[in-house]
Amino acid sequence: MAEITGIKEIIKNENLAYKRTSLMTDNTLSYCPGCGHGTVHRILAEIIEEEGLQSDTIGVSPVGCSVLLYNFIDIDWQEAAHGRAPAVATAIKRLLPEKFVFTYQGDGDLAAIGTAETIHACNRGENILIIFINNGIYGMTGGQMAPTTLPGMKSSTSPFGRDVKTMGNPLKMTDIVATLPGTYYVTRQSVHTPANVRKAKKAVRKAVQYQKLNSGTCFIEIVSNCPSGWKMTPVQSNQWMEENMLPYYPLGDLKTPEETQKKQTKNLDEND
Amino acid sequence: MEKELRLMKGNEAVAEAAIRAGTDGYFGYPITPQSEILEYLMDARPFDRTGMIVLQAESEVAAINMVYGGAGCGKKVMTSSSSPGISLKQEGISYIAGAELPCLIVNVARGGPGLGTIQPAQSDYFQAVKGGGHGDYHLIVLAPASVQEMADFVELGFELAFKYRNPVMILSDGAIGQMMEKVWLGPQKERSKSVPEWAVTGKSPNRERNIITSLDLDPNAQEEFVRKLVAKYKKIRETEVRYEEFQCEDAEYLFVAYGTSARVCQKSVQLAREKGIKAGLLRPITLFPFPSDRIKEIARRVKGILSVEMSAGQMVEDVRLAVCGQVTVKHFGRMGGIIPTPDEVVENLKSEILGG
Repeated sequence: MAEITGIKEIIKNENLAYKRTSLMTDNTLSYCPGCGHGTVHRILAEIIEEEGLQSDTIGVSPVGCSVLLYNFIDIDWQEAAHGRAPAVATAIKRLLPEKFVFTYQGDGDLAAIGTAETIHACNRGENILIIFINNGIYGMTGGQMAPTTLPGMKSSTSPFGRDVKTMGNPLKMTDIVATLPGTYYVTRQSVHTPANVRKAKKAVRKAVQYQKLNSGTCFIEIVSNCPSGWKMTPVQSNQWMEENMLPYYPLGDLKTPEETQKKQTKNLDEND
Repeated sequence: MEKELRLMKGNEAVAEAAIRAGTDGYFGYPITPQSEILEYLMDARPFDRTGMIVLQAESEVAAINMVYGGAGCGKKVMTSSSSPGISLKQEGISYIAGAELPCLIVNVARGGPGLGTIQPAQSDYFQAVKGGGHGDYHLIVLAPASVQEMADFVELGFELAFKYRNPVMILSDGAIGQMMEKVWLGPQKERSKSVPEWAVTGKSPNRERNIITSLDLDPNAQEEFVRKLVAKYKKIRETEVRYEEFQCEDAEYLFVAYGTSARVCQKSVQLAREKGIKAGLLRPITLFPFPSDRIKEIARRVKGILSVEMSAGQMVEDVRLAVCGQVTVKHFGRMGGIIPTPDEVVENLKSEILGG
């Protein structure tokens, strides 16, 4: 009993240094310990709450580990077929142009089966936000090789490591969509340290604000971990991610409105 | 605005009827013999007339998933394609049925399998009426036999789709899509402003959040959901059967045919009667629900039934199920994009049913 009283004392509002956002539901998250999904969900929920967008937001959830995402954030949702979220979001945004529409997709969903939908939504410059969780593996189906699995990296369908000669190279979708005129803001972030969480949150806020301008697609890749799929402890997986994933998928902005503007001005100057 | 008489292709009639029905969105991808639908819509600029969204998608797969997204917002949305493209859409159609969303899908069918031919065929019957994609579901399937019905079934299709929260398919073929006839078009309707309570439009503070999904990992809940679908299809079977009869009153022999084949058989009835054979025609207008009860009734008083289809024999299975062995049922079909002639239908009736 003493313990419970202790917890009650701690969770009193005035004692809380950190609080769960009201947009996160009471449903238990379906993720493994140490997984980055929960952190990204929280960032999203916080931004939607802080920007006052709950009644104006429509999320499109994927097929993959985050398939049940619609259970966790208290907004309207559509659950898309595997890879099709950008097509689903395209129609929602076209029919309800005043709403904030985003997709949340993993690497298999976005960069393998949904490659066409991803590229074409970005190429049309649909005014949506695409959040891309890249952990280099198919988590939900049990750790198979993903389009973003690193060379030599082991998975249940590349048990001796990814041989790029027969299995292809990891696909850098974020780099690809950054080259398309339809994208407005493209960035790569991570959530494996508190500092990175803050940066990622800043990026999400920027994207949410940019989408109001109707200037094109915003695209945020979050390089994440998969302790279960990688067969590591959460701490090991973060370390492995830093040492192996981040050199291949370096963090930072790939395209910002400011840079694009500068380039355009430069081109104009050269043409003069 | 009054009704307007126009001379149009079947495909154009679908497009113009869609605009006039107050459709909110069309998402499509070019494929012969139905590309005029997307072409007409782009040319008619419905975005200026009614605000209707028209979008050429990157694939049939994307197009049907755009339909899913739009339908989830409670909007009147549609797509069209032809046989190979309709195959590509099947996953999306299954999701739409599984999420109980209303929408309209037009199949201007061509011969198959595979890339097949661009000529008209009715070989997508099984795919249309038995489900088509994975899982326990049905579409409501309307079979137009004229350019007029191509236009009329757009509005009827949307009406049924919203009434039952179920995808509706117009199963046409390349002949009806491409041929020109006069057609009466209804007045321009306004796009609906009402929002269904289940629609995803952003969670307002006065309601629970809406979720459009077809996922339920609990087997008991999933079974309960499928039972709900089954009950819905039962109601549709009881309520929505549509068919047309032509000289069936005194008929001794019955043709069963839909769409283009029904037009051919109408002439065959006349030719047969000139030869002293009392033939009649039953034309199913809804292929799901199928007019089984009516065929069963007529089967009691005729000497034989010929199911005429531009396929190797698909609808004939449903005719046989309805007839249940009461009388001989034979199939006559042409394939590969060939439309049977009225004469060869009569010849087939004579050789297969009358015994030469």
